[in-house]
This record gives sequence, structure tokens and C-alpha cells, in this order.
Amino acid sequence: MDMQVAKKKLGLKEKYQVMTRGLDWEPSYQKKEDIYPYASYEGIKIHDWDKWEDPFRLTMDAYWKYQAEKERKLYAIIDAYAQNNGHLNVTDARYINTVKLFLTGVSPLEYMAHRGFAHAGRAFPGAGPRVACLMQSLDEIRHAQTQIHALSNFNKHYNGLHDFRHMHDRVWYLSVPKSFFDDAVTAGPFEFMVAIGFSFEYVLTNLLFVPFVSGAAYNGDMGTMTFGFSAQSDEARHMTLGLEVIKFILEQDPDNLPIVQRWIDKWTWRGYRVLTLVAMMMDYMLPKRTMSWKEAWEVYFEENGGALFKDLARYGITMPRCAETIALEKDHLSHQAWGTFYNYGAAAAFHTWVPEKEEMDWLAAKYPQSFDKYYRPRLEFWREQAAKGNRFYNKTLPMLCQTCQIPMLFTEPGDPTKICYREVDYQGSKYHFCSDHCKEIFEHEPEKYVQSWLPVHQIYQGSCFPEGTDPSAEGFDPLAAVLQYYHLEFGRDNLDFEGSEDQKNFDLWRGQATKNG
Amino acid sequence: MSTVFIALQANEDTRPIIEAIAADNPQARINEAPAMVKIDAEGRLTVRRASIEDRIGRGFDLQELHINLISLSGNIDETDDELTLSWHA
Amino acid sequence: MAVAAIGKYEFEPADALEKFHGAQLLYIGWEDHLLFCAPFAFPFPPTMPFRAVVEEVLPGSFGYHPDFARIDWAQAEWFKSGQPWRPDFDKSLAENGLRHKDVIRFRTPGLRGIAGSCS
Ligand SMILES: [Fe+2]
Ligand SMILES: [Fe+2]
Repeated sequence: MDMQVAKKKLGLKEKYQVMTRGLDWEPSYQKKEDIYPYASYEGIKIHDWDKWEDPFRLTMDAYWKYQAEKERKLYAIIDAYAQNNGHLNVTDARYINTVKLFLTGVSPLEYMAHRGFAHAGRAFPGAGPRVACLMQSLDEIRHAQTQIHALSNFNKHYNGLHDFRHMHDRVWYLSVPKSFFDDAVTAGPFEFMVAIGFSFEYVLTNLLFVPFVSGAAYNGDMGTMTFGFSAQSDEARHMTLGLEVIKFILEQDPDNLPIVQRWIDKWTWRGYRVLTLVAMMMDYMLPKRTMSWKEAWEVYFEENGGALFKDLARYGITMPRCAETIALEKDHLSHQAWGTFYNYGAAAAFHTWVPEKEEMDWLAAKYPQSFDKYYRPRLEFWREQAAKGNRFYNKTLPMLCQTCQIPMLFTEPGDPTKICYREVDYQGSKYHFCSDHCKEIFEHEPEKYVQSWLPVHQIYQGSCFPEGTDPSAEGFDPLAAVLQYYHLEFGRDNLDFEGSEDQKNFDLWRGQATKNG
Repeated sequence: MSTVFIALQANEDTRPIIEAIAADNPQARINEAPAMVKIDAEGRLTVRRASIEDRIGRGFDLQELHINLISLSGNIDETDDELTLSWHA
Repeated sequence: MAVAAIGKYEFEPADALEKFHGAQLLYIGWEDHLLFCAPFAFPFPPTMPFRAVVEEVLPGSFGYHPDFARIDWAQAEWFKSGQPWRPDFDKSLAENGLRHKDVIRFRTPGLRGIAGSCS
């Protein structure tokens, strides 16, 4: 690293004062309430915005300097990776499906985070959080851009990555991360900060990035590893912002506690449900595994999250109640999720497969309570059938949870043989949920969640066919029309990995790279 | 006492930083994972500018840590000389 | 409770009955057969006979499972919103009291999925 340490004129603390609050001013000809119209309607009471301080004391001048250095390092590696056909160094081509899921499911959320933090920063009357939100907003657009740049290299060679932005707004499983973030950005600025800044960034983001990025490193994907770590280097600052905001809000007024606790309960659960995708990625989609989902949950949530909530107990905050349900799900989550994608492998923009025998043995060792008893028989049956040319593709659309929008695949807490059904009657109509927690979230704000754009229902309403489609025409094939609407090419982007174009190309190219032609 | 941690990318920039942290925090445990190092410590962990400067032979601004930082947990306090992670409970 | 909002907050539910072109939604799950990852959602006309659902639709949705051919429908136990319920096969969905977005499930005694694993 080539960086000069400037001769300091001001210490860190003084510089922070000058470069944040020192740049703020009191309005003289407009009312504060008119300038900050969203600062009070959520019921959060703030008496002294100056009590908020960034413990890193990062100022914009230093921010630009370090971010520029990160970008230079990142793009040097991405270029080298592309020039050397780095994609051929991954363990096997199944790995690339994790990248597809990430680009279509997560990268668009980075862009939404950019918008969300820009909005929250604008809405807060305090200079400290405003500057921190500005930095995070810039970080997030950087994450979106670097991910798109890094992953575009894969798009040159593999299927399913060609129209990620279009897919994000339409494809059934992508409605899960999309609706999660839409829910957050349509809340007020304080709820957004608790939702994304605290619950997602502080409590859950380690579970997304650290295993994913470590997994990329372990599977030979240097490009993804590099953008992942580059994004993650901002994450420490984001986590800090999330934690400081919570502490600040709670210190400002005792009336804030119940509101904040409800948001933490809600958003820990909402975020955890989105991580269902990460759970299956870790246990099923990485050819070389780093740690199981269950282990990651134990380290990053139970251990670190446990320490966090113990620390917050002095404000009256308690561990979200959903943690008990999550503990009961950790032996089952990834298996149930992968089974779902295997079911609907004809409608996904990535490939699915049955794990190899050694992989099943790894799963059995990591999940001694559950894998052999409940999941191995299912997977082995599917493998036998596929070998007979009868690969299972579920063609009937599933029932979805009104809140998290995930198919109703989760089982009763404590009984992995029974689907968990919950329902509510609201204004003469029925609404269905995957869990007590999704049901409670709905019950608290039914006016919001009755608007859920549930992909299955939208298909049945006829909203998911290409423009000009006539569903009453002779021989109309609804599945084909829905895939066209998704921009998902049947036979290339979807179906089993076995026999896919990705598989054939990777074998061919790797052969050319390692042998004389 | 709860555990705090700091995770850094494993590279030539961070090698002396990790050494400095290990020397300054005898209670710290260094865990190596693919491409990263996670350092756990009971209750408290301190990163000292002077210890890093001793090892790299040049001036070091603690904010340079941001370039190679992956994650951390605990309440943070940063001054010109030290970055401290701690839990109150 | 209500949404905290800066103004009036009232929106149409996205899935009102009128939006389904004459059909109503019915969700159907098969207990102890989680090879099918989740219950199914179907748009059916309310005039459709229950027998048509069982004989013409369910084979296409659940027929992949080796247990399906072994079902004795006379023995099947039905539940509506989790409570025991008896459909009349010769009556329509509406006559059976099924409304938009109702959920029913059936249990097939003796059939417990692949190798008894509830798969
Ligand atoms: Fe981000
Ligand atoms: Fe849900």
C-alpha cells in the first residue's frame, strides 16, 4: 500500500467535530419540521441529535481516500481474473450457480440500500447520522456496481446471468429478497435504520457475506472473493452505524424502547427468512464447503448476536423471540430450501441437482439429528428417478406466505414432518403465513401486507405473461409464457445441472485450458 | 464476558497488523479461514497504532484498517492511537 | 394496530376475488408427503365439483409420488383450516363451503412417504 500519512493538524475527535457538526447550520427562514417532515411520525422521540457520534470518526475527506484505494485494488484483481480466464479455476461449474443467485437476488438490494440510506440521511435532522448515512449510501452503490462488473465476466460464459435486473422484479423466488427490501424502504427513516442498519447489517450480514465470500475463496473464485471482501470492508462501518443508531435512539427517550424492540423482532425475522437462500447455498451449492449453515448460525448469531443482545440488555432490549423458532429450524432450513428449488427447477434461472454421495455424507455428519432421517430418503429417491429418466419437476404452483413470500415449505417448530400453516381473517379475506412470526408481522400492519405482490397469485391473475399474450388462444402454455415474461430461456437457464450447457462448456473449456488441443 | 472479534483479509498489508494485535492482546485467539483471519477475544480487544508502526517501519493511520477490514463485533472507540472493541456486559 | 404513516394509508388488497377472472383460489396440501415441498395453489371456478378436483387435477399434481396410486379416497381424512372436515365429492366447491383462499389438506392413513420418512 502506498499511502502517505498526512501531518495532522487536528486530532481525530476535533476533525470529526469540524467536518460533521461544523458543517451543519440552524435554519433561519424555514421551520425545522418543514425541512425534516419525516422525523417524528413514527413515534420516535429525539431530544438532542448532537449526542450521536460515529465511533470511527470517519470524515468525508478520509472516506474518499480509503474508498479510492479499495477500488484500485478491486479492479486490478477483477481485470487480472478476467484476462486469465479465472472462471475456469473454480472447483466445478455447479459453483457458478451461487454467483447467479447472488447477482439476481442480492446485487439489486445493494442498489436499494443506496437509495434507502440516501433517503434516511436526508430525513434525519442530525449532522452525525446524516454524514454516516451519506457514506453508507455511497458504499451501497459501489457494492451494486462492483458486483455487476465482477459478475459480468461470468455472463460472458454461463447462462442465467443475462438479465438479472429484469428478473429481480419478476421471478418468483426473487420476490423474497425484493419484497424484503421494498418493505424496509417504504417504512419511515427510523424503522429503515433499525431494519437494515441494525437487524440486517449488524445481526445478519456476517451470515451473508462471510460464508459466501469465504466459500468463493475456497472454491477458486477470486473475482467474487475480491468484490465480496471489498464490500465487506465497508460493512464494519455499516454495522457500527447500525449499533450506534440503536443505542442513540434508546438513550434519547424511554418511550422509544417498545417501538425499537418491535422493529428488532420484526426485522430479525424478515432478514432471517431471506437468509434461507444463503443456508441452501452453503450446504448444497458450494462444491467445497467451508462450514455448514448450522455452524455459521451458531457462530455468527448465537454467539456474536448473543453477546450483542446481552450488551443491549442495559437499555431493556431483549433477544428477539423468533430466535427460539430459528434454533428449532437450523437442522432443517437448508434441506427444505434446496428441496424446494429442486421441485421448481424448471422455473429457476439457475441449475439444481441432487448432491453426490460424499456430499450427502458430509450433510449427515453436519446434521446428525435430521439429514439421514428426513432428507436423505427424499434426495435418494429423486436421484434414482432421475437416473431412470424421470427427473422430478413440480409443475403446480405453490402456496406462498403473505409476509415473506416464500412457498409454505417450513415445518412446524419441533415437528419436521408437518408443514406449518397459520392464517388470519382480515376484512373478509383469508391470509396465510409460514410461521407465527410472519403472521404477527401481518397482524401489526395488515394494510401494508395485503398489498403483497405474490408471484403465484399474479400468475393466476394473468399479470405474468409477455405483453400481447392471449391466454385463451388454442394450445396456450402458461409455464412457457411465464418463463418468457421472466426472460428465462427454457433448456438453457433452468433444469438440472446434469446435461446443462454450462456443464458441457465448462468441461470443454477446462479441458482446453489444461491440455494441448 | 462476551467475545468481541475483528476479521481481516489475509494479505501482506494485514500480516503485521495481525501480529501487532496478537502481541498486544494476549487473550486473543487467531482463527485462520480461507482468505481471512478472524481474531476473537474475551470482552475487549485493542488495536494499537504504535505496535503496527513498529512492525511496518512507517507511519500508520488507524483508519487504513478500513481497507482490509471484513467484520467486527463489539462497541467501538477509535482515537488517533487506538481502536478498541468491547462489550459492556 | 396500524401502519405509521404521514397520511391516509388505505390500499386495495392485491388478491381480491374479482381479480381472478371468475376463479377462486384453493390451497391443497397432502400430509406426510413433503417430497412436494409446499401445499399447492389452484385457481378453480366455484362451480367445479369437488370430485373433479380429486380425480382430474390432483393426479397431475401429486401423481409423481409412488404413494399416490395407493390412495384409498374413502379412507382419506380431510381438514379445512386445520380442522377436521368432510367434503361432498358430488357437490361443487362453493356448495362444500369453500371460499376464496381457503386451505384444505388430506391425510392418507397408512401412507407415510418414501421409506416412511414423510417425504
Ligand atoms: Fe452493501
Ligand atoms: Fe413467512
